[in-house]
Amino acid sequence: MDKYTWQAPRINWSWWPGFLLTLLVLCALFAPWLVPIDPDRQNLLGRLKAPGFEARGHLFWLGSDELGRDVLSRLIYGARVSIMVAFLSVLLSGVVGVFVGMLAAYLRGPVETILMRLVDIFLSVPAILLAILTVAVLGPGFINVILVLALTRWPRYARVAYGQTLVLTNRPFVTLARAMGASIPHVMIKHILPNIAGPLLVVATLEFGLMVLFEAGLSFLGLGVQPPTASWGSMLATGRNYVASAWWIATFPGLALFMLVLSANLIGDRLSEQIGTGK
Amino acid sequence: MIRFLLHRVGQALVAALGVVTLVFFIQRLAGDPVALLLPETATQADIDAMRSTLGLDRSAWVQYLEFLKDIMRFDLGDSFVQNAPVIDIIVSRIPHTLQLAAGALTVALAIGLPLGLIMALTRGRALSRWIMGLVLACQSMPTFWSGIMMILVFGVWLKWLPSSGTGTLAHLVMPSVALGLLSLATYARIVRSALIDELGRDYVRSARARGVGTVRLVHRHLLRNSIIPIISITALEISQLLAGAVIVETVFAWPGLGLLTVQSIAARDFLVVQAVVLIGAFVTIAANLAADILYSVVDPRVRLDDSA
Repeated sequence: MDKYTWQAPRINWSWWPGFLLTLLVLCALFAPWLVPIDPDRQNLLGRLKAPGFEARGHLFWLGSDELGRDVLSRLIYGARVSIMVAFLSVLLSGVVGVFVGMLAAYLRGPVETILMRLVDIFLSVPAILLAILTVAVLGPGFINVILVLALTRWPRYARVAYGQTLVLTNRPFVTLARAMGASIPHVMIKHILPNIAGPLLVVATLEFGLMVLFEAGLSFLGLGVQPPTASWGSMLATGRNYVASAWWIATFPGLALFMLVLSANLIGDRLSEQIGTGK
Repeated sequence: MIRFLLHRVGQALVAALGVVTLVFFIQRLAGDPVALLLPETATQADIDAMRSTLGLDRSAWVQYLEFLKDIMRFDLGDSFVQNAPVIDIIVSRIPHTLQLAAGALTVALAIGLPLGLIMALTRGRALSRWIMGLVLACQSMPTFWSGIMMILVFGVWLKWLPSSGTGTLAHLVMPSVALGLLSLATYARIVRSALIDELGRDYVRSARARGVGTVRLVHRHLLRNSIIPIISITALEISQLLAGAVIVETVFAWPGLGLLTVQSIAARDFLVVQAVVLIGAFVTIAANLAADILYSVVDPRVRLDDSA
């Protein structure tokens, strides 16, 4: 091919999932300063107005919902719930799961059998069903949703941590550390954890996207964060009821949800290509 | 082979027992299960009756064994809300969910497999990257959003398809696509990576050297060797579909197990919710067992590997 042949410029798009994720996190962090109007303020005269509608000197960029609340403001506040719940449940399930997995792999014997059987049992219940059952028992709410998501997802980390630790325990540097009298917590934290952190990070990133979907799913079913707190899942549930008359109520929260999950998945995929997973 | 079978069936039974134990444990998580099992309108007589049924005056062990015994006899209790045995309520909804799951699996296989195949064969080219983007989008799409958007476009604007309910094949289209998107993405990715693994093997090179064309190569060699991951993923997907059905059925008012679960939570009919969870878990365990047995039949190499 000669040098005069036109070639499409190769643009590197790899930065945009990170950019998108950062943008959404910033939206969540600075929600009170970003919103044009209080997300819970109702305006019954301005119900179900289309995007671009203007009332009392305030422009409803993305329209208003069934109680006349600003969809854009609720969207921005909804990012808080999604990201907070997903982040905290990933953190909690990650800590518990990694601890259990490392313990099982390091101690072996009966502890290993019992813990890993427990992991198998948890993994054989479809996660969202287990979450629904537990929420039905404990009741909905912000804290309970985090607890329930952590309860249903820790086995995922336990399995990866277990497999990775098992490979490492017989490596010379671990044997040496033990021979020199290092305690079990010391070996686990200083020697094993840094070496299994990569695959765990990959799992955590992919799980983050899943947790966002789970939280929205629970809110959609009315089992998540309770009204009037804005959450994307409950906005979608409202939007489902008004889909014939007010398409904007469901469309925008869904789009936000899609972008958040997509960027988490893309980052997770990229990480797993570079680090490799313990799947 | 017999030993392998017995070992796997034993494992599955242990898992099933574990799930029952887990559900029993969760039921007691909130303290007094009576408040959970009865609706708010229950009379004192109902409460006393439930207390003696559950044997709450006896030890936790006896209660647990009673619970286990009931489940083994397929006695899942009576629903106070619907005034019928839970098992009857569940059985009446199963056909709808099966229909939906079959529809979704069809969508996922019919589109996911060819996409995976194309991605593997055009690896490194623009087409492959575009399809991968599409697949990732399917994977990240919340089912309730894609469902609502389809209702908006095909139900409300174009008026091509009915937006809720059941009855005809047209009713099945949108719920199946909404439920099938995630599985579609999984199949496409699994087939892609399985085929790329196989494409690098020596037998592929020698087949090519013998002048075997792409179509024949894919059909005679590659697909047969990538059947194992497809089978094991299908086992996983069945439980995914059951779980996803909860949301898809709610979006489309599809009267299967998922909608039943949601309605039962709203009506505080806990026994029904519990029964659906148990059934979901049993189906998952059975599907995994079936997959293991199936691929030891399809591919004798697995039996040797699994003897450890």
